Amino acid sequence: MEYIILILAGILFATAIYNLLQKQLLRIIIGTVLLSHGAHLVILTMGKLKRGQPPILDDAVTDYTDPLPQALILTSIVISFGITSLLLVLAYRTAQENKTDNIEEMRGEPNE
Amino acid sequence: MIFAVLIPLVLALFIPLISKAKHKVHTGIFVLFIPLGIFLYFIRYIGNDFSPVRHTYNWIPSLNINFDFYLDGLSLLFVLLISGIGTLVVFYSIYYLHKTEKLGHFYVYLLMFMSAMLGVVLSDNVFVLYSFWELTSISSFLLIGYWHHRERSRYGAQKSMLITVFGGLSMLGGLVLLTVITGTTSIRSMIDQVDIILNSNYLPLILVLILLGAFTKSAQFPFHIWLPDAMEAPTPVSAYLHSATMVKAGIYLVARFLPIFVAYEWFFISVSLIGIVTLIWGSYMAVRQTDLKGILAFSTISQLGMIMAMLGFGTEAAIFAAVFHILNHATFKGSLFMVAGIIDHETGTRDIRKLGGLFTIMPISGTLALFGTFSMAGVPLPFLNGFYSKELFFGATTELSVTTNGLASFLSTAVPYLAVFGSIFTFVYSMYLFFGAFTGPKKFDLLKKKPHEAPIGMLISPIVLVLGVIIIGLFPNLTNGTLIAHAAQGILNSEIKPYHIHYWHGFDSLAFQMSLVVVGIGIVLFLTRKKWSNIYHVLPGKRSFNKVYDKLIQKIDDFSAGITNSYMTGSLKLYMSIILLTIIAVTFIIMFTTGGLTNISFDNLAEVEIIDLAVVFIMVLAALATIFVNNKLALIIITGIVGFGISILFVIFRAPDLALTQLVVETISMALFLLAYYHLPELRKRNETITTSATNTILAIGMGVLITLTGIAAHSSNWFNTISEYFVETSYKLGGGHNIVNVILVDMRGLDTLFEIAVLGIAALAIYGLIKVRKNKEAE
Repeated sequence: MEYIILILAGILFATAIYNLLQKQLLRIIIGTVLLSHGAHLVILTMGKLKRGQPPILDDAVTDYTDPLPQALILTSIVISFGITSLLLVLAYRTAQENKTDNIEEMRGEPNE
Repeated sequence: MIFAVLIPLVLALFIPLISKAKHKVHTGIFVLFIPLGIFLYFIRYIGNDFSPVRHTYNWIPSLNINFDFYLDGLSLLFVLLISGIGTLVVFYSIYYLHKTEKLGHFYVYLLMFMSAMLGVVLSDNVFVLYSFWELTSISSFLLIGYWHHRERSRYGAQKSMLITVFGGLSMLGGLVLLTVITGTTSIRSMIDQVDIILNSNYLPLILVLILLGAFTKSAQFPFHIWLPDAMEAPTPVSAYLHSATMVKAGIYLVARFLPIFVAYEWFFISVSLIGIVTLIWGSYMAVRQTDLKGILAFSTISQLGMIMAMLGFGTEAAIFAAVFHILNHATFKGSLFMVAGIIDHETGTRDIRKLGGLFTIMPISGTLALFGTFSMAGVPLPFLNGFYSKELFFGATTELSVTTNGLASFLSTAVPYLAVFGSIFTFVYSMYLFFGAFTGPKKFDLLKKKPHEAPIGMLISPIVLVLGVIIIGLFPNLTNGTLIAHAAQGILNSEIKPYHIHYWHGFDSLAFQMSLVVVGIGIVLFLTRKKWSNIYHVLPGKRSFNKVYDKLIQKIDDFSAGITNSYMTGSLKLYMSIILLTIIAVTFIIMFTTGGLTNISFDNLAEVEIIDLAVVFIMVLAALATIFVNNKLALIIITGIVGFGISILFVIFRAPDLALTQLVVETISMALFLLAYYHLPELRKRNETITTSATNTILAIGMGVLITLTGIAAHSSNWFNTISEYFVETSYKLGGGHNIVNVILVDMRGLDTLFEIAVLGIAALAIYGLIKVRKNKEAE
């Protein structure tokens, strides 16, 4: 199972990178979203999958899933949400001001 | 001793405060006491019974880098020059620099230089010496560029910086090699291990590197080109740094390492040859200059070449003469620079073609210049110190006896003739300098100001120096046993009896005959100057080392601009691609060279169920579809599918908190995406070239494969035990919660979460700003 998830993470990364290298802002944002999904899966897999019960203490349970990756991912999900929403608004405003959503057309002047 | 070295640097911190009151009291008056104090502190060491003093202060003991101050005769001579001339220069600058100038900057740089220079001549530790060495380059750069609004000042400052720092870095290479070979950072201990160094295979390289440092600093041919441009600095600086002290740091370095190299034949060849060539070229070019300070600059180059050559000879007589000339040169050249500054100050020009007949108006300055120039020329008069050292120099050239190698023995026979040849031009430019400015027809209508004699304060410093010229001239043996012999002893690292210097050697003395030849031919050449000056059209003609330097700088500029412009195109895509390519290449190389993929284990994996496969399959399809869909609504929905797929996987992998959070976040994200959907333009079909899409595909696949392989490699390794047990055990005991993930977030890694909230807060503020804040069109 772990290797299947790692391959899935690899595919998510590949599609994310491909989208990141596009010109349109919306695709780039989608790229960052996919990138964080992939990263979360990798972190989760590092703690091994499907071992023991959910990490909520209970006297009847002795074997728990690794709680540490989960804590890390939880932080990461929230941060990537912040980034996604900021990027979306930034894209909206940029497209409005510059009348384009193509980053190749947003270059500065030479020597700027 | 450390106080004496660092006090200028420490007090420099207070200069900005003091200089606030510069309109009431000239800042220089406060600064004056610093070099004076240092001079008085060190002058007590002068005497026949001087013996070296060593003070050590720890700095970085683990690297063997300490403030290891060693005061021997050579250091003492330099320390006295630095502080003595420093006092006179500061005094002179009080009258030279007007209160409206940026005095704070000037004195801070000057004090910085003073500390650095004292450090250079006192450090026994090579790395401390190097640090101070570079500090002198930096302060010289700042002082040359003091009037930074002038284009020539900036050019001169940059030139001196590039050339001397290039030499400094070469020298560092040589010092590192020496340290590696001898296993010590102390120059004294290196001298004790001279056999090891002389037998080392790296000896030629060490010699070249160290000499590069010395030759660039002391403006030796062909690195001399920075010194004439350094004359853009205020005159007190030229007198101090670019004549009396800093340019002699190279001389000091060669003298300091002389006991190590003196037995090595190529030391004699390279140092003597470069020294003699510099002597000739400097004096030859000085005759051609029209700027008073230009003449003095080339004259300094030439005199430094002469001292360098004497060090190269390496004989006891030559070393003695070299040290004597270091002292004498500082006195007469310092006074001449100050007189040049006075002329500039009082007439408004330094162009010798516009000057003439100044003696009637400026008799005191004229007299000072008379003593200075005649001493420099080596006119045989018993009250001019320059004559004595020049005669010792001639004497030393005739006593060379090298018989071993062809080149060296040829050089030792040629040296006396070359020395006479160079000194003839020295005589010519000295006469030219004095008679050109002070005698001849008066051309006062060409001057900007009406010339008059300088204020007495400005004259005091050059008068003191000229008194030095005369006193050393009248009583040449005064400084002999007390200072010069100790310095020569410090260079050679062996006992030396003080030489008795005579004025009169008799007509049969070879040195005296050489002096007569110089004076005789010199007078003829000076009088017929106009007739032979066409020779400068032949040599150097249009050739010039400045052009080589300018071309080189231009080429380097163009080259680096070419490289930078080739990738700094302003295209974010390109930057992204370069970064990704680097990550992929470096990580793959490391992974394969360290055998990261050698033992992949397939045991101890979780079992696979149908539902897992189904979710994974749908996510793969959705992820791939994001590339090919060209409808923005479809794209957003497909991305949502991936996000919800992730939350299902979280459920499967027993992470309830994650699943809930992901679900909520995904839902809100979708809502946001749909809001933006309304405002963002429709997706366009990609019409990119095959090369672009191929590059993108390769990068994307490369990165994907890299992540998968890294994950697999990491999963197969078990080098460290998991630390998760700790959290399971202490979650309730320390955190008081049953939900371990929650305890980790809010308790054990509470600060982390706090900053996470801060990040979200900042993002929220930024979003608010982006939406609400608009340019106020009317305010523009």
